[in-house]
Amino acid sequence: MFHLILFLFFGAICVAGAVNLLVQSHPINSALSLVVVMASLAGEYLLLGGEFVAAIQVIVYAGAIMVLFLITIMLLNAGKEERTKGSRVAILIGVPGVLIGGVLVTWTLLTRPNAQTVPIGALKGDSGSIARLLFHDFLLPFEVTSVLILIAIMGAVVLASRPEAVARGPRKDGR
Amino acid sequence: MIPLSYYLVLSGILFVCGVLGFLIKRNIITIFMSIELMLNGVNLSFVAFAAQWHSLSGQVFVFFVMVVAAAEAAVGLAIIIAVYRTRETLNVDQVNLLKL
Amino acid sequence: MTPNPYLWLVPLLPLAGAAINGFLGRRSSKRAISAIALVFCGLAFAMALYLAAGFSSASAPYSCDFAHWLRSGNFQVDFSFYLDQLSLVMLLVVTGVGFLIHIYSVGYMWDDDGYYRFMAYLNLFMFFMLTLVLAKNYLVMFIGWEGVGLASYLLIGFWFTKDAAAAAGKKAFIVNRIGDFGFLIALFLMIKYFGSLDFTHVFAAVRLMPAETAGASTLTAIGLLLMVGAAGKSAQIPLYVWLPDAMEGPTPVSALIHAATMVTAGVYMVARSSAIFDRAPTAMTVVAIIGTLTALFAATIGIAQTDIKKVLAYSTVSQLGYMFMACGVGAFSAGIFHLMTHAFFKGLLFLAAGSVIHGVGGEQDMRKMGGLRVYMPWTFLTMTIATFTIAGFPPLAAFFSKDEILWKAYSSPYGSWVYWLIGVITAFLTSFYMFRLWFLTFFGDYLGGTAESPVPRLPVSTLAVPTHGHHSDHSSDHGHGHEPHESSWMMLGPLVVLAVLSIVGGWVGIGDHFGRFLAPVFQTGGSSELVETAAESSGKWTETLLTLISVTAAFLGLYFAYVLYHKRRELPARIARSLGGLYDAVVHKYYIDEIYVALFVKPLIDGSTTILWHGIDQGVIDAAVNDSADAAREVSDKVRHMQSGNLRSYAGWVAAGGAVVIAYMVWMGVTH
Repeated sequence: MFHLILFLFFGAICVAGAVNLLVQSHPINSALSLVVVMASLAGEYLLLGGEFVAAIQVIVYAGAIMVLFLITIMLLNAGKEERTKGSRVAILIGVPGVLIGGVLVTWTLLTRPNAQTVPIGALKGDSGSIARLLFHDFLLPFEVTSVLILIAIMGAVVLASRPEAVARGPRKDGR
Repeated sequence: MIPLSYYLVLSGILFVCGVLGFLIKRNIITIFMSIELMLNGVNLSFVAFAAQWHSLSGQVFVFFVMVVAAAEAAVGLAIIIAVYRTRETLNVDQVNLLKL
Repeated sequence: MTPNPYLWLVPLLPLAGAAINGFLGRRSSKRAISAIALVFCGLAFAMALYLAAGFSSASAPYSCDFAHWLRSGNFQVDFSFYLDQLSLVMLLVVTGVGFLIHIYSVGYMWDDDGYYRFMAYLNLFMFFMLTLVLAKNYLVMFIGWEGVGLASYLLIGFWFTKDAAAAAGKKAFIVNRIGDFGFLIALFLMIKYFGSLDFTHVFAAVRLMPAETAGASTLTAIGLLLMVGAAGKSAQIPLYVWLPDAMEGPTPVSALIHAATMVTAGVYMVARSSAIFDRAPTAMTVVAIIGTLTALFAATIGIAQTDIKKVLAYSTVSQLGYMFMACGVGAFSAGIFHLMTHAFFKGLLFLAAGSVIHGVGGEQDMRKMGGLRVYMPWTFLTMTIATFTIAGFPPLAAFFSKDEILWKAYSSPYGSWVYWLIGVITAFLTSFYMFRLWFLTFFGDYLGGTAESPVPRLPVSTLAVPTHGHHSDHSSDHGHGHEPHESSWMMLGPLVVLAVLSIVGGWVGIGDHFGRFLAPVFQTGGSSELVETAAESSGKWTETLLTLISVTAAFLGLYFAYVLYHKRRELPARIARSLGGLYDAVVHKYYIDEIYVALFVKPLIDGSTTILWHGIDQGVIDAAVNDSADAAREVSDKVRHMQSGNLRSYAGWVAAGGAVVIAYMVWMGVTH
């Protein structure tokens, strides 16, 4: 009971945030809605028992990635969306398509007799266990992701820099 | 005690919202955010299944998804900045040179 | 049946000559080419003489199994050769006259650019013709049959750059093919009913069958179909139309193929199949009627022609009609006798005509000739002998053969006085038009002298197109004199030999030696044997009377020709004008060619153009290809709009596709 109430509480905030993202016309509002979604998702993770996941959700997603989005929005001075000629296909075919797909999946999920229940906090999600798994069984992917991040950094630097700055190299006076 | 399917339905709703945002929105940054929304929905279903089957690997996978999402966000935003520099617009409908 | 292991050499020696000249001749010297051609043909002739010397009626027929060919169940056909009295006669005629004409060609065609081709084709023709006459079964005969048709096509169209020659070659081949179709169906019938194509088997089986009454089935059908083939090859009604056009070829070709040998293949085939015809009286009657009508018909056309070779061509058709008349009344040996004498005198006539044409620098129109006996004495002498022979004057060759035919036409159980009467009228016409030719060419004043520098018949181009030989003659090229000149001895020699043969060739018929020699071949046990021996009993006085009538007809022909073409030369034109339309019809060959074109050729060409070309080829096949290409273009034109460059539309398509997949999976999950 308690579990259900908490689930519905966090779920409602989540959905509200998602819908708000769709509805808002200024990207900054959409970004802030997305932060709300992520925070509520962290709450859902906690309900399931994944402490570590909830923590890194808040730290990485809401704390780093969304900040990056906000910085970019401010950097590019993105304004309200203008009404331009869109794509008819996207609206006419895509939207009904995805809605139909979603309805079908939901219907399937809710009508299956295979409704196993998940108790509150069922997951053994403490940092120790995860760390043990991460550094033993998943060591290689872990190291690879560090390389991945390095590449992403380099890529981002190159892509975002001004063209003449790259060509000219660092300036002589160290600035 | 909640049926697993509730979590999956919530995950589905998030995913659908993400796709709708991709289709409806015109600002490229908002579209990118919709992609992040989709990823979050998927993360939720991973964790839900991990809870059902008492598996730690599911959470580790979520960890890796987040890492990749971070890297992708960084690079993607850098690309958006580069596109903004050349096309002077953030409207995705106007970035349409690759057409027949 | 005595085996003779050397028979196969006779056809294959000329084939070797043809191969050598054909492949190596282009770079060989003319002497080498001539030597090869003459040597191989001469060797064939020598072998023929050797076989004739060693021939004995007691051990005839000889056979030679050269190689296996078809084996299919019970049906078997091999490459086998056969020598009996009939083939021996044909063999000697073909190799002998062929060899003489080879010698003549060396002189006639010497200056032609395609000399090696000509000699190779001549040898090739000899090979096929010898295969035809020496065959032991109908299929090997058919090889020769088709092959001589091919050689004829190649040689008629020898100057292939000339449209008329190429068209004439095609016409000959196509009309021949129509006849060959009939021949083939006859062969199929033989295979069906006798299970074999071998002469001995077929004729043995046929002799066991009773004579078919009028209109009855198999043998009559076979006989009629064989006659269709013979009509095509030997230029009888209605398939004679190719022979006059075939005069486009060089004169030695006309002499060899269209007078002496190839066109007689039909007669040989009918004579060879005497057992079949003997049992099918209806077919024999048809043969006789066709032969008689053709003889008369062609003779009437011949009296109005102005081209010297065309007169001889129609004369050939007419004389072939005589031969078929003979076969049709059961007198097969008389037909073969006339075939032999015809080879001599008609070959001589053509070769002499070639000499005349050569001497006047290419002119073939008789109205531009005249008085040539002064310039060309030897040609005049030999041609005179030939003309008197064909008219049927005793004691020259054709007198004996033609008279035998006329007598048998009257007296045979299959014959009737109608055949005889038409035969006599035709003899009169033959004499008339031949002496007309004689007078116009050799008497009077030379009318061609104004054409000083002989006009070439072809536009002489700078490319090495083959020029026709009778434009320039022997190697001592004394710049085409303004006046006609005699030909070289390379060309005159064969003329003299043939003239001698024309004189003496008929004497083998005295006392029916020839008939008795051939009798074992035609011994069928049927009525034709009676025909062969009927002459003795039926009244010598009748025969003498009929002979006198035909000789009188010959004299009448000579007289009328003398009057119209020597004494009072203005008469023919007046007669022609007074006859008006009838004369025009005769001059235009009764418009038969035009009728054939309108009836057969034009509908076929139009049908092919509209239905096959425009309708099917362009409308269906091309349209299918083009339309599928157009369809591909249309489809891709519609589909390319998907690639719009718009990110959201791509996402829309992806979402829709994803929905389809999800729906499918849900449906699968629900229904299973």
